[in-house]
Amino acid sequence: MSVTPEPSSPPSPQPSPQPSDVARYVDETAPLLGLRIPPECREGVTRNLAGLLAAGAVLGEFPVGDTEPAPVFEP
Amino acid sequence: MTPADALGIAAEIRARRVTAREVTARALDRIRARDPSLNCFTAVLAESALRDAESVDASLAADREPGPFAGVPFAVKNLFDVAGLTTLAGSKINAGHPQATRDATAVARLRGAGAVLLGALNMDEYAFGFTTENSHYGPTSNPHDPARVSGGSSGGPGAAVAAGLVPLALGSDTNGSIRVPAALCGVFGLKATYGRLSRAGAALFGISFDHVGPLTTSVRDLAAAYDVMQGPDAADPVCADRPTEACLPRIEEGSGDLRVAVADGHFASRGEPEVFAAVERVAKALGAVRRVTIPENDRARAAATIITASEGASLHLDDLKSRPLDFDPMTRDRFLAGALVPAALYVRAQRFRAWYRERVREIFREVDVLLAPTTPFPAPRIGQDTITVAGDQVPARPMLGLYTQPLSFIGLPVISVPVAGAGPLPLGVQLVAAPWNEAALFRIAAVLERAGVAAAHIAG
Repeated sequence: MSVTPEPSSPPSPQPSPQPSDVARYVDETAPLLGLRIPPECREGVTRNLAGLLAAGAVLGEFPVGDTEPAPVFEP
Repeated sequence: MTPADALGIAAEIRARRVTAREVTARALDRIRARDPSLNCFTAVLAESALRDAESVDASLAADREPGPFAGVPFAVKNLFDVAGLTTLAGSKINAGHPQATRDATAVARLRGAGAVLLGALNMDEYAFGFTTENSHYGPTSNPHDPARVSGGSSGGPGAAVAAGLVPLALGSDTNGSIRVPAALCGVFGLKATYGRLSRAGAALFGISFDHVGPLTTSVRDLAAAYDVMQGPDAADPVCADRPTEACLPRIEEGSGDLRVAVADGHFASRGEPEVFAAVERVAKALGAVRRVTIPENDRARAAATIITASEGASLHLDDLKSRPLDFDPMTRDRFLAGALVPAALYVRAQRFRAWYRERVREIFREVDVLLAPTTPFPAPRIGQDTITVAGDQVPARPMLGLYTQPLSFIGLPVISVPVAGAGPLPLGVQLVAAPWNEAALFRIAAVLERAGVAAAHIAG
């Protein structure tokens, strides 16, 4: 429940994924979700997903302790 | 505060110096003359607008109270439901949807206050953009330079107000989509606290950050529109169960003991010098010398980007599966990429959001209003992919959200006030407060307007 910034230990930095790995992830994951990526979109989707994964890496290397996610469900 | 603002028009109509019908007919004429070159409107409701205006005139003739916006023309971003219109949300896909059967709550509340709806306004497809370069319906030009963008995603609203087509428009803001066009077009824009104004009947985009709000030519219009739209709404699960806290009666209070500071660090770098000069002019007018630093804003942008892409893709997943090529090429690849984001990253971003919110709460224990630029540069050219800022070449479109995105990420109330730039293009300065403290923003904005530091730029 705490949102104190002090972590026990920071996660280690994560290397950015290689473009070819992201393209392979797109090719293999999209069909599992029922998505057909049109050929003219493949490069743009790969580039944008690489950006999103890089954003995720930026977050992953930052410690947030035991902070819970912002949305709170009220039953 | 000019006679052309919404409350000024309402006063003229109420005093029977002009009829609502005459005002509406004149506004429709102006739209017919100016809009073909600007491309703000995707639908003009001439017949129903004249009918509504006649109804206002009839109320006045019968001594019935027509409401504070009696006969004031307004228009709304085309993601708001308007009974009898199909809600496009900037898309070709939604053009095949049935017509809305009722008005969105915000639209209904403004109409209930006497405002006359003239039509629906252009936007980036599904609100996923900062420039309103819509491939289906064409780009909306900036009224101050038609070769430049109007900002987005509420570009139609920003340009329609700045061109004097309507004195009041409604937009929505997820990462900056009211504030960016307000700044680039030179008008006032409000993004209230997340949950303050009902989003019911507005097409959603990033549900964690979606807000609706007004764009106007004066502070008092902004306050009056905000006051009319406040209040609980069971139709929007995010809308707070809070009573209306009227701000219009408070705009003459002055800055008093409000503690104002300039945001430095992230908010004082990576922009053009004229942007920071505008912030300094505002700070000087308010006597604000204190500087405060909000930490980790780049991570806030990263988290907001992940959440927006994931939530937006989730909303449109069925269409992304069945008809991806019907999406605008300007949004399509980003939506498809959003559908492939691992859930763990999304949840991590929501955890960071709670961390960041707590840091900013600490700052607002010491400060009431923060000043920050709205955009890092004035309006780019239509079609411009990159821009050189502070010596670095960067992608122009996402950079427009550099200073707005971290603030909507945690739902803070913000007014973007228009200020003069170094050239003919206007700029905006964000006034930022703690959650639910919109009143402080209106008081400061009114001080700046009275001092002549903030003023709408209306293109002749």
